[in-house]
Amino acid sequence: MNLKETFAFLEERPAKDCPAYNCPAGHLVNLMQALRDQHGYSMLVDMTAVDEGPGQTPRFIAVYHLFNLESFEYLRIASACEGDESAPEIPTVSHIWAGADWHERECYDMFGIRFKGHPDLRRILMWDEYPYYPLRKEFPLAGFDMDFQAADVAERTGVRIQPAPMAGGPFVSGDEGPMSEKEPRAKDQSWREQHKKPGGSGPA
Amino acid sequence: MTTATEQDVGYNSKIEGNVIFSSADAIINWVRSNSVWPMPMGLACCAIELMGVGASKFDIARFGMEVMRFSPRQSDCMIVAGTVTYKMAEAVRRIYDQMAEPKWVVAMGACASSGGMYRSYAVLQGVDRILPVDVYISGCPPRPEALIDGMLRLQEKIRTEKSMWQIKAGRPNPEKLPTGPR
Ligand code: SF4
Repeated sequence: MNLKETFAFLEERPAKDCPAYNCPAGHLVNLMQALRDQHGYSMLVDMTAVDEGPGQTPRFIAVYHLFNLESFEYLRIASACEGDESAPEIPTVSHIWAGADWHERECYDMFGIRFKGHPDLRRILMWDEYPYYPLRKEFPLAGFDMDFQAADVAERTGVRIQPAPMAGGPFVSGDEGPMSEKEPRAKDQSWREQHKKPGGSGPA
Repeated sequence: MTTATEQDVGYNSKIEGNVIFSSADAIINWVRSNSVWPMPMGLACCAIELMGVGASKFDIARFGMEVMRFSPRQSDCMIVAGTVTYKMAEAVRRIYDQMAEPKWVVAMGACASSGGMYRSYAVLQGVDRILPVDVYISGCPPRPEALIDGMLRLQEKIRTEKSMWQIKAGRPNPEKLPTGPR
């Protein structure tokens, strides 16, 4: 079955594993409702997002993975978020699949995507007052220096939220050769315990 | 014939073997070290090994530490088993504050000791930034034997404490968090 014949607004999306389509945000809710009720895609397996990087259009893309419990097929739907880079928007599907509720909260927490119509759009992983969206491309893995969220605990212990020591990391394995031969290595090999990385953080 | 006084303090076969002379510290510490009630602060994968230690195969009951309590009011040794995120750090500290004195802290595994492999914006780089840690246990995760070894070392440490002094002063050892670059 070709979904494009039924839904003319869909656009094919390159994929290696399963059929994938781009869907304009305006059609998203109707599409999802129809996929669930008329096409057998009754299960939302996952919902996540992609950040294409600052200045890109579209920058944020919401990605939905559906599973058809009758034909045992997967389907991927991607939908570019609308609105400003700092506050991208997309309609919620949490009224279609209740499970989308927390997935969308996580997406909001990590990317800052506003899900319009979501019943309870709060952070789910980071604490409520956290000012950043950590999975955005411009956010450094080590994080930023800031006050600990509980002032009384900070006062008693002197704890602060500080950038993590990266020690030349992140530690990644190369793209070449079989997995068995690719030991993860620090990306920046100039770092050593003994001397401070030039221009970087780390122990003196 | 002996006098009554000589009979009381001298050799008396009726009470021999029932009287032990010792220091108060030694007795208090002996009691405390053999009935450590752990607070299982299981935060990640290390907690699975902690469960192993509590279960029949490794059986920490042999050392008097099997009474894991999920209420801070009833426990005196917090075993921090797992990755402490900044979000969780607040709760960890509050639970520690609610535990009755005297109390001890064991940092189990790489994550609790130093942040482990999580060099990340979300993870506290060592629970000793918020708690006074008594014993650090290496490993990712430490094997149950390593945790038992750490707990035995904690017992040794408890046996050297100045408990009478603490009781008289009405306050345990002042809480010292490590200083230096954090
Ligand atoms: S030290 Fe290793 S096993 Fe323990 S919590 Fe951290 S990652 Fe998990």
